[in-house]
Amino acid sequence: MQTAQVFSFHGGIHPEENKTQSLQLPLGKPSLPKELILPLSQHIGQASVPLVAIGDQVLKGAPIAANNGLLSSHLHAPTSGTITAIESRPIAHPSGLSDLCIVLQPDGKETWTELKPLPNWQQLDATEVISHLADMGIVGMGGAGFPTQVKLQGAHKKPLSHFIINAAECEPYITSDDTLIREKTRELVLGIELFQHLVQAEQVTIGIEDNKPTAIAALNKTLTECNSKIQLVVVPTKYPSGGERQLIQLLTGQEVPSGQYPADIGILCQNVGTCVAGYEAVYLGKPLISRITTLTGKALNAPQNVDVLLGTPVAHLLAYADLQEKQLNRLIIGGPMMGYTLDSAAVPIVKTTNCILAANKKELPAPAPEQACIRCGMCEQACPASLLPQQLLWFSKSQELEKAEHYNLFDCIECGACSYVCPSSIPLVQYYRHTKSSIRDAREAAVKSDLAKQRFEARKARQDAEAAEKEAKRLARQQASASKAVQTKKTAPATKTTEKSALNASNSEAAPQINDTTKKLKVDVAIGKSKLKKLQKQLVEAQEDERLEDISALQLHVSEQEKALVELETELAKAVKANPTKKPSDTPDNSVEKAKAPANDALKKAKIDAAIAKAAVKKVEKALKKAEELQAPEVDAIRQQLADAKKRADELEKVLDNPSPSTPPTEQKPAVSAAQLDLASQVKKEKIAVALAKAKINKLNKRLASSPEDAETVSKDIEAAQQQLVQAESLLATLIESQHNSQETS
Amino acid sequence: MALLRITSPHTQRAGRRTSWVMQMVIYATLPGIIVQTWLFGWGTVINLAIAGVAALLSEAAILAMRRRPIRFFLQDYSALLTAVLLGIALPPTVPWWVTVTAVSFAIVFAKQIYGGLGNNPFNPAMVGYAIVLVSFPVPMSQWLGVSSVVASGEMLSFSQSLQAIFHQLPVIDSYTMATPLDGFKHKELLDSQSAFETLPALQAASIDSWLWVNLAYLMGGLALLWLRIITWHTPAALLGALLVMSGLFYVFDTSNAASPFFHLTTGAAMFGAFFIATDPVSSCTSNRGKLIYGAGIGILIYIIRTWGGYPDGVAFGVLLMNFAAPLIDYYTQPRTYGHKKAKTGLKIGGDH
Repeated sequence: MQTAQVFSFHGGIHPEENKTQSLQLPLGKPSLPKELILPLSQHIGQASVPLVAIGDQVLKGAPIAANNGLLSSHLHAPTSGTITAIESRPIAHPSGLSDLCIVLQPDGKETWTELKPLPNWQQLDATEVISHLADMGIVGMGGAGFPTQVKLQGAHKKPLSHFIINAAECEPYITSDDTLIREKTRELVLGIELFQHLVQAEQVTIGIEDNKPTAIAALNKTLTECNSKIQLVVVPTKYPSGGERQLIQLLTGQEVPSGQYPADIGILCQNVGTCVAGYEAVYLGKPLISRITTLTGKALNAPQNVDVLLGTPVAHLLAYADLQEKQLNRLIIGGPMMGYTLDSAAVPIVKTTNCILAANKKELPAPAPEQACIRCGMCEQACPASLLPQQLLWFSKSQELEKAEHYNLFDCIECGACSYVCPSSIPLVQYYRHTKSSIRDAREAAVKSDLAKQRFEARKARQDAEAAEKEAKRLARQQASASKAVQTKKTAPATKTTEKSALNASNSEAAPQINDTTKKLKVDVAIGKSKLKKLQKQLVEAQEDERLEDISALQLHVSEQEKALVELETELAKAVKANPTKKPSDTPDNSVEKAKAPANDALKKAKIDAAIAKAAVKKVEKALKKAEELQAPEVDAIRQQLADAKKRADELEKVLDNPSPSTPPTEQKPAVSAAQLDLASQVKKEKIAVALAKAKINKLNKRLASSPEDAETVSKDIEAAQQQLVQAESLLATLIESQHNSQETS
Repeated sequence: MALLRITSPHTQRAGRRTSWVMQMVIYATLPGIIVQTWLFGWGTVINLAIAGVAALLSEAAILAMRRRPIRFFLQDYSALLTAVLLGIALPPTVPWWVTVTAVSFAIVFAKQIYGGLGNNPFNPAMVGYAIVLVSFPVPMSQWLGVSSVVASGEMLSFSQSLQAIFHQLPVIDSYTMATPLDGFKHKELLDSQSAFETLPALQAASIDSWLWVNLAYLMGGLALLWLRIITWHTPAALLGALLVMSGLFYVFDTSNAASPFFHLTTGAAMFGAFFIATDPVSSCTSNRGKLIYGAGIGILIYIIRTWGGYPDGVAFGVLLMNFAAPLIDYYTQPRTYGHKKAKTGLKIGGDH
């Protein structure tokens, strides 16, 4: 069984193990404390959401908090009792913070809720079992508290070559995993096989340090008895062989790429505690409500491992292990290498608490005063990540964040091996933590400022585009009002004559109905227009931010909206055409109509159309001018449009010149107005595109000026941008054409 | 209860402090010092005493000026180590003021001016040595010979040594002689073979005396390796490069070049390899860097010995490589766990 090859990792240290103290007594079972304090964040990710209210009676194992989002976990009542508070309490936290906790007062009856095991898990789908594990609140019990269901699901992204069970327990003093293996060997093996069933790895390996002979013997015995395929690999005792990445290297010779996870190279790591918790959840239906924790340190008269309910205050356990108050100098959660100190013993045990180290002064003396770094390189020899701690210290002290990052500061696992060996007693890990947080802060600030810059530039481009549009509209209005003035003068006598004529009753009766439909259509058109505008705005923003997927989706929306709008317009025009008398009846002044009126009205309309066409011609001319100023590619398309628009305007003028009240003008009218609207929207689009191109090219030119060394790439970018524009233009041109065609056919 | 709040790790390797490191290096020089005293008389010990006092006084004076805790820094033994290295390197009968100049210059200008321990770019002992070597070439080139080969036929007594160092010893010339390296350097037109036959400095007794000195320092160096205070990289690279260089030239030009064995066992070869080049502050820091750094010194030692103006080249070789150390460090970063390639160069970024 132990024939597997064991690789090695760089560095590592051999601190005093101090493991025997806590293994003298059998596994203890402390009494129920007065209250259990259950923090809502016992895992990595979102805090759980309480499911209970103050005063509620809960049964042992009943859910009291539910997971909140994907990366979260459930929480269950460790015993039966009453919820007495949901409030902020001090928790075990490196910075001594408080957090929201559910406080449970045990009733001492330990009445279990109904347990729901999954006896037929082998027949079930893996996802069902995984979701059961999630319901049972299983998280990684090795230290980080990563929700197990997320880890198991993540393991599916690549075929697993190795499923590694971490039983190394390399930290000095801690013996909780050792005890767990001895006490629950069979459960552990069944738990591992359960997980293996879920992940289907090629090879299942338990990695254990050679300083746990009893546990190794127990495991070997059980594995042989079960005829299991699980491989037990004994690795030499060296801190930090229990680090996930180090253990993977020890057992597989592979390294987890920097910034990636073991799952990325087809490896899954689980702590032994998690496997046992998984067994209990599936076989027995028991949620995660207790764990084995080591109580050790020279301030305790009876150091031992205890099977403890989650939420038990540390003070209760210290009293159980016979604490000598006067001796206690440092109270640590976790081991002496990576644990953190506590302010008070009022904090509770959580899912990840593997050890409480109550040390006296002699055992863990205060660190010696920091001396100068003499670059002796002992830290470098000890670093399991092959970093240069001495150089990182230099950069940390001088706040050279970029250099620190360049020297792979973020590959530091904060194991503390460097600080341990440092002859100058430099708290290296502390320096690195500080520098890491400084870098994170700087990164966040950089992202924020980048976003602000992008927003500003996008806004500017948008404002430019809007200003251009407004200006064009203003000109169009000016033009239109000028021609209207002429028109009203001309039509004035005509209307006077119509006023004299009598009121047509039948006409006035039919009018309201048609009036309503046109009104509705008009409102629809207005809504459609505003929608289109909004979409175009979003499109511009998306283009600014270069969000490719959004761009294509928005593009689709825009074209759809345009089509819908055109349809509405034509419908509206049809409605108008169907009831030529509608317009006069709209205005109270023109309520009386003569037979001549329709022709008159048509003439008026034709005139307005002509004016609009003229404005459109002007608009296109302006766009052309702008395009010519900026760049060549789209000019041709705009010229084409200009020619079209001019042609249309001329036609309209011609129609106007022949004042015969024949049908052609009225027939042509709806098509023309639709075409005009369409053209206007196209021009709008054109302008936005032009403004965008301008902004982009300006940006690129600026970059070209500021960094001439990148000239080649930037000019390439410019070329690419222009090419994109040309493509966009041709697309638009075809769109215009197709719309023209549709108008002609209608 | 007032609990100690402190970040991890909470435990430290007991006893191995910086002062312990410095003391161990000092102790490791003892075999060499004993052999030197055995062969060349009490001069070395007297030098060491003078150097020690001068180093502590100048260090204390500058610390006082810089308003640093004097006691705290004096207890790190780094000044004393510089003094010991210089006391060993200087000729045994060198006048006291040469020693004082060298030591105080080393402490004040090569170390404290840059910010004290840990911040000096150059090896302080070698800066002090180079300064007096170029400033006072005559006393610096007066090495004693072993009693069997010098004119007087005996060793300097303790009082004679004191007299030579603090006043003047008229008969000193009958006790001094060229070192083997010096003798070989000035063999003029003789070829190697005849030089080894005729020159007094190259006789067996003289060469053997330096062999013993070098063996003693090799022993001390191995002790440092065993204690893991130094790594094998620098000394191995230095001696290896010296071996390769001398071997290469010995093969091609046997008549004019000395054997690799001669180069490795005379002068400051071992002392330089294990005690001078391994100064962590001013040398390269990564293992690969140390290899390049040591090899560079080895090559420079051979070049200076063979074609330079001085018989031995450890001091200048080390100082020249001190210049290059930061650059070498940039290009010899180890490959970090999880990275395909080691990062090199000064350019920030360029991951994996």
